[in-house]
Amino acid sequence: MKLLKTKILTLSSALVLSGSLFTTPILAGEAEDRGMQISREAKNRDLGWTDSQAKMEMLLKNQHGETSTRQMRIKSMEQENDGDKSLTIFDSPNDVKGTAFLSFSHPTANDEQWLYLPALKRVKRISSRNKSGSFMGSEFSFEDLTSFEIEKYDYKYVKDEVVNGEDCFVVEQFPKDKYSGYKRRIVWIDKSEYRTQKIDFYDRKNSLLKTLTFSDFNKYVDKHWRASKLEMNNHQSGKSTVLTWQDYQFKQGLDEKDFNKNALKRAR
Amino acid sequence: MNKKFLLSAVSCLTAGFINSVAANEFEVRGNIELQGRFFIEDPSFPSQEDYYLSAAAAPEFFWSWNDGNDSFEFVPSARVDQHDDERTHMDIRELSWVHVGDDWESRIGVRRVFWGVTEFQHLVDIINQSDSVEDIDNEDKLGQPMVNFSLVRDWGIVDFFVLPYFRERTFAGPEGRPGLPIINADTAYYESDDEEEHLDWAIRWAHSIGDYEVALSWFEGTSREPILIQSPLQNTVPELVPYYQQISQLGFELQGNIEDMLWKLEVIHNDNPLEDYWAMQGGFEYSMYGIMESNADLGWLVEYGWDERGDDGGSNFQNDLFVGTRLALNDVDSTELLAGLSYDLDYESSSFLIEASRRFGDSLKVSLDMRLFSADEPQDPVYLFRNDDHIQLTAQYYY
Repeated sequence: MKLLKTKILTLSSALVLSGSLFTTPILAGEAEDRGMQISREAKNRDLGWTDSQAKMEMLLKNQHGETSTRQMRIKSMEQENDGDKSLTIFDSPNDVKGTAFLSFSHPTANDEQWLYLPALKRVKRISSRNKSGSFMGSEFSFEDLTSFEIEKYDYKYVKDEVVNGEDCFVVEQFPKDKYSGYKRRIVWIDKSEYRTQKIDFYDRKNSLLKTLTFSDFNKYVDKHWRASKLEMNNHQSGKSTVLTWQDYQFKQGLDEKDFNKNALKRAR
Repeated sequence: MNKKFLLSAVSCLTAGFINSVAANEFEVRGNIELQGRFFIEDPSFPSQEDYYLSAAAAPEFFWSWNDGNDSFEFVPSARVDQHDDERTHMDIRELSWVHVGDDWESRIGVRRVFWGVTEFQHLVDIINQSDSVEDIDNEDKLGQPMVNFSLVRDWGIVDFFVLPYFRERTFAGPEGRPGLPIINADTAYYESDDEEEHLDWAIRWAHSIGDYEVALSWFEGTSREPILIQSPLQNTVPELVPYYQQISQLGFELQGNIEDMLWKLEVIHNDNPLEDYWAMQGGFEYSMYGIMESNADLGWLVEYGWDERGDDGGSNFQNDLFVGTRLALNDVDSTELLAGLSYDLDYESSSFLIEASRRFGDSLKVSLDMRLFSADEPQDPVYLFRNDDHIQLTAQYYY
């Protein structure tokens, strides 16, 4: 019943969306500028988090309702005038325990990514073109989990709408990278704090692929909002992944030596 | 007033103690394994069997202190094989202390180290000896005693190694299969009078430059690869024994992630008393993500191996082509299928491998492997395995 309701809601909002696109003429360039301004403001408001550490659990659910969990710890570090660096260490399932993933994201240059395979003691440089591939069998792809950079998208402001009880800007973002799995994403950013509340992902054929909903927001060090729960629903396969964040810590003094290939090899 | 002060002092101390305990971490993980090998054809040697069962365990003990800047790791490993006394063996994979400084690290003790970029053969990888009784693919390595000092600089990571003790390669015994009963590895022969106590050393520089990974290495010491020679002892039955030369080896590694292709190259130059030579292994990897509107990824691997010594030299991959494919379903159970073919262009022989694996529940992983050999030329090393086609079923429990 609830599912049906959400489905109808999504359908009606899609109708409203296409309606507004046709009926309200927006001057060329204006919607683009506004879309970018809103996205830039969201990014700017979160600047200065320096470094963070947290635990993450992924609950994978397939179309038959079977579930499986993956647990990991993620350390991240903000870079001045560059994308973030992050180190992900896998804790479960047990056979992947100790596997670690190092990522340097860049606004315009290709991202750099390395995987550490503990059984072989091997550090492998992996293809950062794997944007659309599934992350650990989940409904999140690699690009869904990399840091958001202004330079990676073109923008278009669409309208205002209330989502999760918050008055939101609705902005379309078009990935510039030809290896992206998406033609576009529609992002709901709330007006009060510029937090992303919801994202609709459209595949290369422009049909709705996934919806990501953010909830249980907490504010850290007086400034940085993080959602504790992220739910990704794949509309085409019926599978879903719920991502839960725990034990967020900010500004613990992580530095470059925590994010190099030697650090990757000793990650546990 | 005093009481209050005392109380707060005690609570501070307790908090400090609890914090320092939290900083000192101890962890145990590892796996135990049951394995069955089933050979399809009659053995080439009468001492060999058709069915082999074995069990193995590799627990990992890990301590860390000083905010994780010091750590100690102990990983013993053991296998018991139903028939092969040589495969029934123990090893210390890791027993080492690691200290992390600001831009350097020291790693002292028994460790395993991997160098290289290619998939089907690891030419550059030379620090550790292969534990060949585990599997003939030589992916399993014996622990190597070392003092390793690693420097992190803007221009790359430099590793210095002093290797004070040599580990002999393990070989299957007369009952082992796949195996060559004519090899007797009980006694090894060395070029150096210091034998296994020869002091080896190595240095490696590795760097990431944009879309490229580059590494250069130099090794000086006892060759990890033995030459099999006629036993100098006057045996009634002729035997082959391992002989380890002193070598200098230059290694070069390059990986370029260009568009959606990964290009890989390893080149070595081996300087030894018998015959200096060059060898290379190179190729590419290409992956397709989310094939057929699913979560599955499909990857293709093509590599070529060449060795200057040619078809009568010491390498199995002197002029060989490798083709592999890997299918990862990215499902809840991490189902994977891997198939690889190596084809010798000189001898027109081939070996074929399929590995299928998936998880059952949270901790159990089951793999089904099949290996097929096809060779007609008696001079070809693969010819010795021509009757050793087999299926291998492995169940691993991880904790």
